[in-house]
Amino acid sequence: MSDFESLELRGVGRRFGGVDALAGLDLTIKAGEFVALLGPSGCGKSTALNCLAGLLPLTHGEILIDGRRIDTLPPERRGFGMVFQSYALFPHLSVEKNVAFGLQMQGVARAEIDRRVRQAIALVKLEQHAKKLPGQLSGGQQQRVAIARAVVLEPSLVLMDEPLSNLDAKLRLDMRTEIRRLHQSLGLTTIYVTHDQEEALSLADRLVVMREGRVQQVGTPDELYESPASWYVADFMGYRNILPATVVSVSGGGSGAEAVVELPGTADGGVRLTGRAVGALGAGDQVRVAVRPDDFSVVPADGAATGAAIPGTVAVVEYHGREHAVSVQTGDVMLHARSATPPEVGGAVRLTAPVERVLVFPESLDAVVPLEVAA
Amino acid sequence: MTDGRATASLRHRLAERGIDPTLLLLVPGLVVAVALFVYPFSYGIGLTVQPTAAMQEQWGGGILANYVAFFRDPFVFDSIGLTMRLALPAALFNVLASVPVAMVLRHRFRGKRLLTSLLVLPITLGTVLTAQGLLIFAGRQGWLNRALLELGLIDEPLQLVNNYLGVMFSLVITGFPFAFLLISSYLSGIDPSLERAAKTLGAGWWQRFRRIILPLLAPGLATTFILTFVLAFSVFPSARLVGDAMGSTRVMSLMAFRAFGEQNDYAMASTIALMMGAVELLVVVAVLGLRSLLYRGTTGGKG
Repeated sequence: MSDFESLELRGVGRRFGGVDALAGLDLTIKAGEFVALLGPSGCGKSTALNCLAGLLPLTHGEILIDGRRIDTLPPERRGFGMVFQSYALFPHLSVEKNVAFGLQMQGVARAEIDRRVRQAIALVKLEQHAKKLPGQLSGGQQQRVAIARAVVLEPSLVLMDEPLSNLDAKLRLDMRTEIRRLHQSLGLTTIYVTHDQEEALSLADRLVVMREGRVQQVGTPDELYESPASWYVADFMGYRNILPATVVSVSGGGSGAEAVVELPGTADGGVRLTGRAVGALGAGDQVRVAVRPDDFSVVPADGAATGAAIPGTVAVVEYHGREHAVSVQTGDVMLHARSATPPEVGGAVRLTAPVERVLVFPESLDAVVPLEVAA
Repeated sequence: MTDGRATASLRHRLAERGIDPTLLLLVPGLVVAVALFVYPFSYGIGLTVQPTAAMQEQWGGGILANYVAFFRDPFVFDSIGLTMRLALPAALFNVLASVPVAMVLRHRFRGKRLLTSLLVLPITLGTVLTAQGLLIFAGRQGWLNRALLELGLIDEPLQLVNNYLGVMFSLVITGFPFAFLLISSYLSGIDPSLERAAKTLGAGWWQRFRRIILPLLAPGLATTFILTFVLAFSVFPSARLVGDAMGSTRVMSLMAFRAFGEQNDYAMASTIALMMGAVELLVVVAVLGLRSLLYRGTTGGKG
């Protein structure tokens, strides 16, 4: 269905009144791929999507499909399907007519339209609602109509702009599965914009993490999750503990070196922690240490601990089903850990983490070079 | 003690039915409505069935003599058609011309504020000033005719005022800003992402307008049409000042004024005024009837 080999963005940029909303975006997307653009609001991810759709003209760069420039085409001639955050369903048209709209614009024969519309509506399981107006449907159903409306055209590229952010938590999970299922069964090349790391990790084949209009890192969910290129990316990948620290010593050089850092603001003159350096570090550098809650083990204060341990007091214990989320106060900072058994609130504990799971990043984000520019 | 509890629960029960002290806020409005509308209107209706002896003698029909006169006297009755000939095209033009202008002015561009101000400015002028301006500008000795004569584009002055055209100009000048403002606000109520969605679905500008904007705008067009029509239908100052008051612009309000001011026949004047309202009502009901056939739900935007 995807009638191209690769989609290439070369140095794509968009300026708004002298400010770069998007700058130097280089990305190559293979047919059938599911790529997520991830970042907080204002990071340029939606700008990138709108540029791709043709709804915003580029100020820099070019977009090519199999080497043919498409950024000069108006949106209605690009043949991309788009799903909007607000659904953007035509409120005066029934579900059927919403889905049929694109096919009618293409001048497809009526019998063919009927067949494909029925198919698309069945695909999103809305057969009983085909005659209803969008206003009579729930949010989740409306978004399914929007998806059907986009995929019925069998577009070469589907663009999704935070499609789940207006839905409640449970529905969001269901729709996430639905979108994944659709992608797997239709194989449509998809670019998906979101600020939700879980959504991005669970849906995408490849993630593009963005910050202030620039790409921070591109990689598979696994790559980003295991080896974030900066503390900013780590923050997005569920490294909930991001602590400022100072490098005491580094053994070896470059990335992967073992670094000993000291956390400020902790009791008795600082706690030392050993971690893995990401990027070149030297003694005395200001750094950010990132540890995921799952990687912290909670051990009793008097128990045996391997390597460095951060002493603290248990502040909050939340029951999360199979495990407990534990917040530990240490000095001024609150650390987050998980534990199979609930420690006593107010009790003294120590948090330990394996050296390879403690990531030490340079504090500055501007020096970050994406590990991988394009696949 | 039991008494106190009883009144408290009565107050509570009344409040549940919407009866509470805030209802007193309605009093000033009701007083004004009764004093300035309900009473004069009823009084006017009462007047219509008290025809003068002369009317009864001339037209018969007993207490309905005024109504018989209205329908039988071509000089009076034809004013309906003359008023319609002005009000319908003027309202239609104002609505239809506003749509493209309002569409263009949705976008941001340099000078937009200035252009909008210029378009809306005439609303502040008032009909008499507009009529005066038209006489000075477009009259036989007006700037426009003099300029065209000097340039040699015409041999004799164009007859632009003191006729049907003059009143039409005045209705457009005063009615267009009004229609434009209303339609602009209806347009801004349509979620812009609908048009973006239509673009990505392959719709060109005409298809987007025809299939998305127009159906969503239609109820607003109907409302705007009704309001500008009513405004144009009751045209009086310009019909007299820049029109042909005894000929092609012998509108109903002029007839009512003639009965009242020249013939001192309050009863006939009231009858004409009432029939004016009836004709307006017919058009309004017809347009609303058409409107009820259209989609009237949300338009996705801020409304």
